[in-house]
Amino acid sequence: MEFFLVSLLNGVSYGMLLFMLSSGLTLIFGMMGVLNFAHASFYMLGAYFAYAVGSQLGFWPALLMVPFLVGLIGAGVERFGLRQVHRFGPVAELLFTFGLAFMIEELVHLAWGRSAVDYPIPADLDFTLFTLFNTGFPAYRGFMMLVSAGMMVGVWLVLTRTRIGLVIQAALTHPEMAESLGHDVPRVFMLVFGGGCALAGLAGVIGGNAFVTEPGMAAAVGSIVFVIVVVGGLGSLEGALLASLLIGVLQTFSVASEWKPLALLGGGVSSGVLAQAAGLKLSQMAPILPYLLMVAVLIVRPKGLLGTRED
Amino acid sequence: MNTTLKQLTLAVALAVAAPLALAQNVKIGYIEVLSGPLGNVGELGKKNLEFVVEEINAKGGVLGGRKLEVVPLDSKGSPQEALVQLKSAIDQNITFVTQGNSSAVAGALIDAIAKHNERNADKRVVFFNFAAIDPDLTNSKCNFWHFRFDSHSEMKMAGLTDAIKANPKAKKVYLINQDYAHGHQVAKGAKEQLAAKRPDIQIVGEDLHPIGRVKDFAPYAAKIRASGADSVITGNWGVDLTLLVRAAKDSGLDIDWYTYYAGAYGSAAAIGEGGIGQVKNIVEWNANVPNPKMDAFYAAYKKKHPKPEDEFYYYRMKMMTNMLATAIDQTRSVDPFKVASALEGMVYKGDLGEVTMRKDDHQSLQNLYVATFNKVGAGGVRFGLEGTNFGFGSVKMIPAKDTALPTTCNMQRPAK
Amino acid sequence: MHATTQSRHWIWIAVAAGMLLLPLGLGSDFALSVCTKIFIAIVFALSYNLLLGQGGMLSFGHAVYSGLGGYFAIHALAAIGAGSLSFPVTLLPLIGGLAGLAFGLLFGYVSTGRAGTPFAMISLGLGELVAASVLMLPAFFGGEAGVAANRVTGSGLFGIDYGSQREVYYLVAAWTLACAALMYWLTHTPFGRMANAVRDNAERVGFIGYSTHLLRYQVLVVSATFAGVAGGLAAINNEIVSVEAVGAHASGAVLLMVFIGGAGHFLGPVIGAVVVTLLQTVVSSYTHAWLFYFGLLFLVMVLFAPGGFASLLATLLPTLCSRRQLRLLAPGYLIGLGGLALLLLATVIGVEAGYHIAGHGMGATFRLFGRSFDSGALPALAVAAAALLGGILIWRYALDRTADARAVLGTQELMHGRPHAAGNAKAEHA
Repeated sequence: MEFFLVSLLNGVSYGMLLFMLSSGLTLIFGMMGVLNFAHASFYMLGAYFAYAVGSQLGFWPALLMVPFLVGLIGAGVERFGLRQVHRFGPVAELLFTFGLAFMIEELVHLAWGRSAVDYPIPADLDFTLFTLFNTGFPAYRGFMMLVSAGMMVGVWLVLTRTRIGLVIQAALTHPEMAESLGHDVPRVFMLVFGGGCALAGLAGVIGGNAFVTEPGMAAAVGSIVFVIVVVGGLGSLEGALLASLLIGVLQTFSVASEWKPLALLGGGVSSGVLAQAAGLKLSQMAPILPYLLMVAVLIVRPKGLLGTRED
Repeated sequence: MNTTLKQLTLAVALAVAAPLALAQNVKIGYIEVLSGPLGNVGELGKKNLEFVVEEINAKGGVLGGRKLEVVPLDSKGSPQEALVQLKSAIDQNITFVTQGNSSAVAGALIDAIAKHNERNADKRVVFFNFAAIDPDLTNSKCNFWHFRFDSHSEMKMAGLTDAIKANPKAKKVYLINQDYAHGHQVAKGAKEQLAAKRPDIQIVGEDLHPIGRVKDFAPYAAKIRASGADSVITGNWGVDLTLLVRAAKDSGLDIDWYTYYAGAYGSAAAIGEGGIGQVKNIVEWNANVPNPKMDAFYAAYKKKHPKPEDEFYYYRMKMMTNMLATAIDQTRSVDPFKVASALEGMVYKGDLGEVTMRKDDHQSLQNLYVATFNKVGAGGVRFGLEGTNFGFGSVKMIPAKDTALPTTCNMQRPAK
Repeated sequence: MHATTQSRHWIWIAVAAGMLLLPLGLGSDFALSVCTKIFIAIVFALSYNLLLGQGGMLSFGHAVYSGLGGYFAIHALAAIGAGSLSFPVTLLPLIGGLAGLAFGLLFGYVSTGRAGTPFAMISLGLGELVAASVLMLPAFFGGEAGVAANRVTGSGLFGIDYGSQREVYYLVAAWTLACAALMYWLTHTPFGRMANAVRDNAERVGFIGYSTHLLRYQVLVVSATFAGVAGGLAAINNEIVSVEAVGAHASGAVLLMVFIGGAGHFLGPVIGAVVVTLLQTVVSSYTHAWLFYFGLLFLVMVLFAPGGFASLLATLLPTLCSRRQLRLLAPGYLIGLGGLALLLLATVIGVEAGYHIAGHGMGATFRLFGRSFDSGALPALAVAAAALLGGILIWRYALDRTADARAVLGTQELMHGRPHAAGNAKAEHA
């Protein structure tokens, strides 16, 4: 019972972290139909900027400034890069963000070197929030969940309750009409892209100190973010939340499991690759479960769990 | 011509000819990952290697004046790419290559060098391995042309288990490792050696996780707590080690850690206060080992490379290059067969004690040290790692003979 | 392009002759090895283009098929060496192809339900799955170290045992020619045309009675087979197959090759394979900044020439063939080339200086193009800036000049009543 509750708590908090990482990508894809391969790179930028700014000014000013900075860079990328490529089709847009991811990673290596940098958790938040059955729950993790929830609520409010949000939604489905009504649709797209990148940057500020800020961090989270966006449904924020929680809990529980899912393959074989596959425990397979889930969902329901657009 | 002009001509001729005659450097091909996210590992190794080579050159080099030269070759971390670089090295007439970070790459290199040496007896290559610690490389995959200068993972486990044996508080041990060859070896070695040295110790849990993919170690920390373990043995390195220790600390676990790689590449800063007195690692040297010669060496290195992340880790590179230089000088040649023959069986008197290159399997035997994590100024920590306030001290030496393990190597020696 | 069937045959013969004679010009084993890698990359890239250029399916996991083909081929090679399998090493890539076929049949069915983004994402997920599974099943895949084998399995026909790089080169060259010819022929069969149709308008294809799923499935299976052949060739050349063969980097690399080369032309992947392989092997041995150049090249191509090098060539070729056009346009083109050269110089100096400063600080000795600059990299940056400015100015001037020349050309042709050549047409992109 104790283990179940602790694992549930860990799973939910991990899921919220994943949501924080992927909300920006969902937004960009949902609004603009661009799958931003460089999303994880903006996350990395956010973490490194937070390290740089934080070491001079402290964590809280960094928390306020860095997402804005990253968003600005994102808007610039959209204005001077993505927009040019837009007329060449969606494949070219995808490939542009692909190349961009490369470049950002190399530029980060240049600027900050190739070793991990010491971006620490702020001292104000470095304590144990509460203890559940002797297991401490770090306050910083609680803070991350709070920011994640706040992000979700904030984005939802902006999109549905503000004027700019309504314009964005209109530009998504009827860009020409919105433009005829006098709205600057290209500028709206720039805002949306910048906003998505800002969210990635915020995730970087919050997550960079918890997950170690190092050059390989973009590659490490890049694929899991895509899985969440695809499983949740391309374009659906609620779907991304659902997928994040699902994957978070699934992974956390499977780590504890000694079950051997492929045991049937073993049959009477005592050695060789089939026997080895049969002997794999779920805990060993845990990190690849999201990809299995993604492939399964895509086959059965290409729109994703709660998806609104497909292509 | 009058005498003065003749003398002048002779002098000029000698001045021109002499450097040409001595110009041939003895090249050492350094095949490592030099670009991409893990590039810092290879880059730092290169700086370490270049420094030890400079020291040898400053003392006169080899063969009465020839200098050793490091030629960097970027393997990008993959066995396939390393083989491409090996071909490039052979093309540049390089006879000695060295590598260490990744036993997979080392295994591929040993195999490729064996094939190449067999097919091209006139362009043979010798391989110096400074960090790939898969025991198979000097057992089932042993080869005449391969020399290993780092104690392999089972030998290091022998050292670690000696430390556990001496600790009466250790009763329940948890094993957590990365799910690949190295991790499997560590787990296997730990179980075997603990059973032999402290049969009363219980292994209360065992975990294998894919490398570099786990961001959230909280579930593993929970499992460790649930098992009631008081000690953890892990071969984890890099981010996997850092996140694991942090997650355990966050959840309030109070346990001892016996590691291979704590202290390297940023993990000291990441482990932080929570690791004081509890994290141990096993090395062949660190800056806190009391030894005046190495202290001077270390000071000279830090003077040349003042940046905090440019640490000196590879004392074994010093051993390796000095033994190579000795072999070259002994045989008065750079012929690969002669140098290799001189190397095997060599007993070298290094700064920290004797190093033996065992003839049976080309595995070096040197003293090891089990060190404990602490703050600078406490627990024998004179120097912090990478500019942080933490380091590994209280070094307890394990003599070389206590780390020696039998080998299954059946070495095929070429005739000449 | 207006080449006739006969001149196409001549091109093939010329290429074959070139491949045959190349080793005589190249000195070292290393250079031969690089050429062999280029040929293998050509087969791989051509197979990918069947999927992307012909079939319109963007895949992020194509290395799965070549990698798995390689694994099966290397196991077969090991078995041949151990005597438990009797099969000629010369035909080993066939085993790779069969493995690619099998996995194409297996994975293809579930992934080709839809094209576009779902297909791309499934391919990404499958790629990650296979890469992770390879590491989890070391009994077959050898774990991190991979599987190695010896390609010398006793003396073969005419004493060819594939011990030397030269013999391997010829083997790979022969296979490359055969595969390229086969794939070229395929694109002109009804099957190839239907693949194009599915790419261009899948809905209409459905209306005329074809099953788009089945068509896409078939394209993927054929593509996977050739990818498996490429994997088998790599197994022979490297004598080792490790997890990188199925990884995201290999999949990304082939995507880059086809895109940089140009997905809309048959020769595009060939050009891309040459460029990318040279970048990866030769350039990376000269500079640590090769990844940066990679990314930069990619970005520049996406922004300014999404049809790849092949489309650029296609626009240039008619000009080169016509003397009149050449006379008018050549000055502008040459000046433009000069401007580009300056820009390239500026980029290289700037990037190298940047990497140097980042790694070693401002003052350290800076080495570039084999020369040392003791005063550090800062003056180099100034030179780079000047070259950048100069390059941009010259490029702009060349653009103006070419535009003028084209206007003159257009007027001339109007006056003479000849049709305007394809000098200005934008190449079709996939």
